[in-house]
Amino acid sequence: MRFGVVTFPGSNCDYDAYAAVRHVLGVPVEFLWHSDSDLHDVDCVILPGGFAYGDYLRAGAIARFAPVMRSVIRFAETGGLVWGICNGFQVLLEAGLLPGAMRKNSSLRFACRWVNLRVESTQTPFTRRCQPAQILRMPIAHAEGNYFAGEDVLEELERSGRVALRYVNARGEPDDVSNPNGSRHNIAGIVNAAGNVLGMMPHPERAVEEILGCSDGLALFRSVLVHGAAGPGGVADVEQAGATAG
Amino acid sequence: MTMAINGTVTVRLKEGVLDPEGQTIRRALDQMGFGGVESVRTARLFEIRIDAPDVETARGRLQEMSAKLLANPVVETFEVEIDR
Repeated sequence: MRFGVVTFPGSNCDYDAYAAVRHVLGVPVEFLWHSDSDLHDVDCVILPGGFAYGDYLRAGAIARFAPVMRSVIRFAETGGLVWGICNGFQVLLEAGLLPGAMRKNSSLRFACRWVNLRVESTQTPFTRRCQPAQILRMPIAHAEGNYFAGEDVLEELERSGRVALRYVNARGEPDDVSNPNGSRHNIAGIVNAAGNVLGMMPHPERAVEEILGCSDGLALFRSVLVHGAAGPGGVADVEQAGATAG
Repeated sequence: MTMAINGTVTVRLKEGVLDPEGQTIRRALDQMGFGGVESVRTARLFEIRIDAPDVETARGRLQEMSAKLLANPVVETFEVEIDR
């Protein structure tokens, strides 16, 4: 299992993601340059947080046309794992790999704090090592994380179990107070129909060691590892791989 | 032969999409004493100068760039005008 982390001009969580994979998980990872269309045969592409192209026009709107994104879109369409975190989620929405759009936070403030997330689906490559309804603590840091989609899209996401993560309170209930940005249905992360593309606003790469305050983000990274080790349909090896990765 | 043609693209939020910026501005206007402001919706305007053989080609190019980049069709609409 090899990871690639894309660096756009203005990415600023690329090193965090790299460090989480390389130094905490101990798994091979390399940087992928925005103007390079070669994905170097990685198994999972991470689009990291930051402010690609200064967030000019709309967050992710210009990054979406970077040469590397043509390859990322093709990779995603052929089943490759693509994981957009924060700004990366915004890029995935602009690229049309995930439905919906981001609006400014309803508070109009940059929101920088810890949130509780409830795992809504363990059927995705990114959450398969989690328990159903498990609560994960992670930081958020964004000004445009107010997830918007039309009613028909929201209904489809809910119906098909594509809401992966939801903002909840400490008791695990989604409510307005625990919604940090005004997202419809308290949505923090969604996957595409095939499940191989995840976009999420919270930062799992900033929650991978206790010294950072929490290591709940590891559950997602380990899920990806288990998924990679299992291969298509290879469930038997999953727990073994999980134990090794764990 | 091409000529420089000036156009304007206005990008607006779709009806039904909340505009927290507009709401905040409306509240500020209210506090400043501008009574009666029922709603404020923000929009974005692009002034574009383009070389094209004729006005209709220029209009088509602006339409295309609006649909592809300037507006996000999930939450926004756009309007292209060519300056006469």
